[in-house]
Amino acid sequence: MEDLKNLPTLTRKDFVSSQEVRWCPGCGDYSILAQAQKTMADMGIPREKFVVVSGIGCSSRMPYYVNTYGFHTIHGRAPTVATGIKVANPDLNVWVVTGDGDSLSIGGNHTLHALRKNIDLKILLFNNQIYGLTKGQYSPTSELGKKTKSSPYGSVDYPLSPLSFAAGAGATFIARTLASDPVHMGEVMGQAAKHRGVAFVEILQNCVIFNDNAYGELTEKETRPERILQLEQGKPLVFGKDRKKGIRLNGLTPEIVELGDDVKESDLLVHDAGRAGLNYAFLLAEMESPFPIPIGIFHREDRPTLDQMIHAQVAQARKALGEGDLMKVFRSGEVWEVA
Amino acid sequence: MKKDIEELQDVVIRFAGDSGDGMQLTGTQFTKTTAVLGNDIATLPDYPSEIRAPQGSLAGVSAFQINFSSRDIRTPGDDPNVLVAMNPAALKTSLKDLVEGGILVINEDAFNAQNLAKAGYATNPLEDSALSRYLVYRIPITTMTVSALKDSGISKKEMDRSRNFFALGLMFWLFQRPMDITVEWIRKKFSKDKNIAEANVLALTAGYNYGENAEVIKKHYRIAPAKNVPGTYRNITGNEAAALGFLTAAKLANTPLFYGSYPITPASDILHELSKHKNFGVLTLQAEDEIAAMGATIGASFAGLMALTGTSGPGLSLKSEAMGLAVMTELPMVIANVQRGGPSTGLPTKTEQSDLLQAMYGRHSECPLAVVAPATSADCFQMAVEAFRIAVKFMTPVIYLSDGYLANGTEPWRIPEIDSLPKIEVKHPTDPASFKPYARDEKTLSRPWAIPGTPGLEHRIGGLEKLNIQGTVSHDPANHDVMMHLRAEKIERIADHIPLQEVFGKPEGKVLVVGWGGTYGAITSAVEELQKEYSVSSIHIRYLNPFPKNLGEILSKFETIIVPELNLGQLAHLLRAKYLVEAISFPKVQGQPFKIREIIDGIKKIMETKGGSSWKI
Ligand code: SF4
Repeated sequence: MEDLKNLPTLTRKDFVSSQEVRWCPGCGDYSILAQAQKTMADMGIPREKFVVVSGIGCSSRMPYYVNTYGFHTIHGRAPTVATGIKVANPDLNVWVVTGDGDSLSIGGNHTLHALRKNIDLKILLFNNQIYGLTKGQYSPTSELGKKTKSSPYGSVDYPLSPLSFAAGAGATFIARTLASDPVHMGEVMGQAAKHRGVAFVEILQNCVIFNDNAYGELTEKETRPERILQLEQGKPLVFGKDRKKGIRLNGLTPEIVELGDDVKESDLLVHDAGRAGLNYAFLLAEMESPFPIPIGIFHREDRPTLDQMIHAQVAQARKALGEGDLMKVFRSGEVWEVA
Repeated sequence: MKKDIEELQDVVIRFAGDSGDGMQLTGTQFTKTTAVLGNDIATLPDYPSEIRAPQGSLAGVSAFQINFSSRDIRTPGDDPNVLVAMNPAALKTSLKDLVEGGILVINEDAFNAQNLAKAGYATNPLEDSALSRYLVYRIPITTMTVSALKDSGISKKEMDRSRNFFALGLMFWLFQRPMDITVEWIRKKFSKDKNIAEANVLALTAGYNYGENAEVIKKHYRIAPAKNVPGTYRNITGNEAAALGFLTAAKLANTPLFYGSYPITPASDILHELSKHKNFGVLTLQAEDEIAAMGATIGASFAGLMALTGTSGPGLSLKSEAMGLAVMTELPMVIANVQRGGPSTGLPTKTEQSDLLQAMYGRHSECPLAVVAPATSADCFQMAVEAFRIAVKFMTPVIYLSDGYLANGTEPWRIPEIDSLPKIEVKHPTDPASFKPYARDEKTLSRPWAIPGTPGLEHRIGGLEKLNIQGTVSHDPANHDVMMHLRAEKIERIADHIPLQEVFGKPEGKVLVVGWGGTYGAITSAVEELQKEYSVSSIHIRYLNPFPKNLGEILSKFETIIVPELNLGQLAHLLRAKYLVEAISFPKVQGQPFKIREIIDGIKKIMETKGGSSWKI
C-alpha cells in the first residue's frame, strides 16, 4: 500500500510504447488503444504490473503499442497464455486483446472456458465483423449473406452474438461499447478494469478497409439515437430522438413501445446489471434490428476467481499439511533399507 | 503339514483375470511386499483401454506381471513361470506365454459354459490334455472364498469379489511372503466398512492357509533378497518418479512448479500425483484442451514459474503450434510426453516409442528444442530433473519423452538425499539499464528471463520474428537468418552441458546395440547374455537432442550398429542422417515391450546375415 501512495501519478503517455502504430489510417483500433492506455494509467497500478496478451489479427498488434509487459501469442490462444500468467502471478493485471475471428472462431473454446472459469482477465474483443489482417473474409460475427473475398455469392454462415456467447458461458462482467464513442468506451473500460473476475467487453470497431460502415447506423449522428440503447443502471430502457421509445417485457419477450398516455416509463424494463442469473444479459445481447443495439454494462456479479481459488487451495494445503517436505514425500509408502 | 522349500533365483508371476477381478490391485500388493523383502523387482501392468469390456471377454482381460529376483534384474521378465488365471479368457490370452513346466493356478469356478464360450473355448481346457505340460493347481477359488466368508456378514456378491485376496494369499504362501503389509493396507483402504475389510483379510488368510494345508500343493519357494546398492528404497512407477522429479526440480530452483495439462492416458497420473502436493506450492491447472494446457504453460513460464505440461502423442500433436511459440519466445518449460501406441487414438493403454521424430521435428519450420528420455522407471526421476535443469539454463522448451511401459511399470528406487542434488540456478534480470530482451549469454546463448512485475523491464514478446538482441519485431532477411542459426546453435550447445555417453561393454568391437527410452532393461539384459559369445556392446541414449558429444566417435568404433526400437526405426533414421552410419533397425510395434529373448534372437539373426560367425569372441 505504501508503494501505491508513493507512486507518481501515471498518464496515458506512460503507457505509450516506442513502437510506431501500424494500423490503417482511420481504423477504429486507434481510439481503443488510446482508451485502454488511459484506463490503465487511471488504475493507480504501476506499469510493470500490467501484461497485455493478444492472439492474431489486426487488434492483436496492440501489445506492441502499450508500454507494459506484453505477449503477442498465436491465433486464438491468448486466453490460454493469459491464464497461465494470471494463475502464476495473481498480482499482475492481465488484459487480453482479441478480435471476432480470434476469439470466437479459432479460439472459441478458450474464450468459453476463460469466461466459465472466471479467470481475472480483462478481455477486449474488437468486433469489426471481418477478417482484416488476412484481407477481408467473413468472420463468425459477419451477417448472413455477406459478400466478401471468400464469399462472393454471400456467406452462408449465421452470425454469433459475442455477448450471448459470454452470457451462455457465465461471464461475470459483460459489456458492449463503441470504438467511435471514446467517452462511453472509457467508462466501460474503467468499470471492466475494476471488476474482479473475467470482464468481457465487446467493442464495435470499424474496419475502414474491408468492412467500412458496418456500424454506420449506430454511429451517425442522425441515426444513432434510434439505433442505440444506452444502458444506465437503475434507469428504464428508453431510446429514440426524443427519448419517446422504450423496451417493455411482454411475457418473456421484449417489445418496443412508444411512451405516451398508454405507456408510462414505469411500465418499461429497468436496467439492472446486477440481476441474478444471466437471462437479462442474454435478452439484451440478443437484441438486433428492429431493436436498438444496447451498449453499456449488461451484467456484473462477484464470484471467486479461478486464480484466487487455486491459490487458496495451496494456502489451505500448506496450513493443513505444513510446507511440503520432499524427503517425507520420497519416503511415503513402503520403504526398505539395504545395508 | 510340512512342505518342501525350493530355492529359486528369480520368478516371473502373471496375475490375469477379468477387468473386474482386481488383478492390478493383487499385483500391486504382491509387489509391495516383495519389494520390502528386498528382492529386485520390475513390474508390467497390462490392462484394456475399454472402460469396461464385456465381462469374461478376451478384450476384458487385465494382467499384471512381476519379475522378482535375488539378483539385479532390468525387466518384468519375458515369460511368466507362474500364471494365475482367474477365468477362461485370462487363460486363453496368457497360456501361450507360460514357460514349459510352469505353475498354473486356476480359478476352477470361473470355467463354466458361459465363460468358456466368451473366451472362445469349444471344450473345457481343464478337461483335455492341453495343460499337462504345466504344474496345474485347479482351485475352486470363488467357492472357497465364499465358504471362508460365510459368517462375515457381507453379501454373496461382496464375498465373490474378495476372491482375488484368496489368490493373493495363496501366492504369498507359495513364495514365502508375509501378509502383514497387505493386511494393514486392506484395513486402511476399507476403513469405512469394517465388515468388508475383515472379510478381505479373511479371504487373504484363507488363501494362505489353503497353500499350507492343501494336499495338492507339495512345496513352496524361497527367493533370497537381492544385493542392491546400500540405501533406502521404495517401489515407484515411472509417472510417480517423474512427478517427484519435477517437484524436486522446482525445489532445487527454489521456484514454484506450475503444471497445466489435459487428461490423457497414460500421462494423467502425473497430474494426479502433482495435484496431491499443493503444500509445495504446486499450481495445477486442468485446462480445457491440450492447446490450452500448452498456452498456460507458456504463460506461467513467462511469469517466472517452473512451467510444466504433460501429455501423450495425440496431445503432443495438438500442442505443436504453441510449442513453436515457446521456441520463438525462448522461454523455459518442460513438455512431458508419455508415449503410447499410435497413430491417432491407436492403443491408448499400450506402450510404443513412436513419437521420437515428432518430438524432434513435429513442428512447422525450423523449431529446435531439447529432448531427453528416461531409461527406466526409476530414471524418470533423474531425467525429469535434468529436463528442467536444461530448460532453465538454456531458456528453451524441453521434451521429456517417457512411455507407457516406464510410466506404469515399477521398480525399486533408491531414494536420493535432496541436499546432495545440485541446485538449479534461476536468474531474473532487474537492471533496466543493461536489459535487452534478446541479448545472449556467451556460453549458452540463452536470453534473459525477465518476468512481469519487474520495474523498468517492460517488454513485448511473441511469435513474430525478433530482432537479435533488441527483441523487437523484425522482418529483416539477414536478421531472420541470424536468429534461425542462433536458435539451432543454442540447442547444439547443450551438448557441452550433458554427460558423455557411456558404453555397456567394450568401447570398440563388432556390434553396437543402440537403444533409448524404456527398452533399456531388455536391451541391456540381452546384450549381457550375448557378450558371453560375441563381440557386442550397447549404449542407451538418454539425451536425444542434442546427442552426447562423443556419440559419433562411439558409433565409429563398431562395424555394425543395430537399433532395437518400439517403432519402425526412428532413432536408426536419426543416427543415419546425422552420422552417416548404416544403422540397422530392429523394430517391434505390437504395443508391447521387447522381451529379452526377442532381442537376443533378433541380433543373432542380423549378425548371421551380416556374416557374423566371425564376430564370436
Ligand atoms: S484492416 Fe481494418 S481492422 Fe485492420 S488495421 Fe486496417 S482498418 Fe483496422
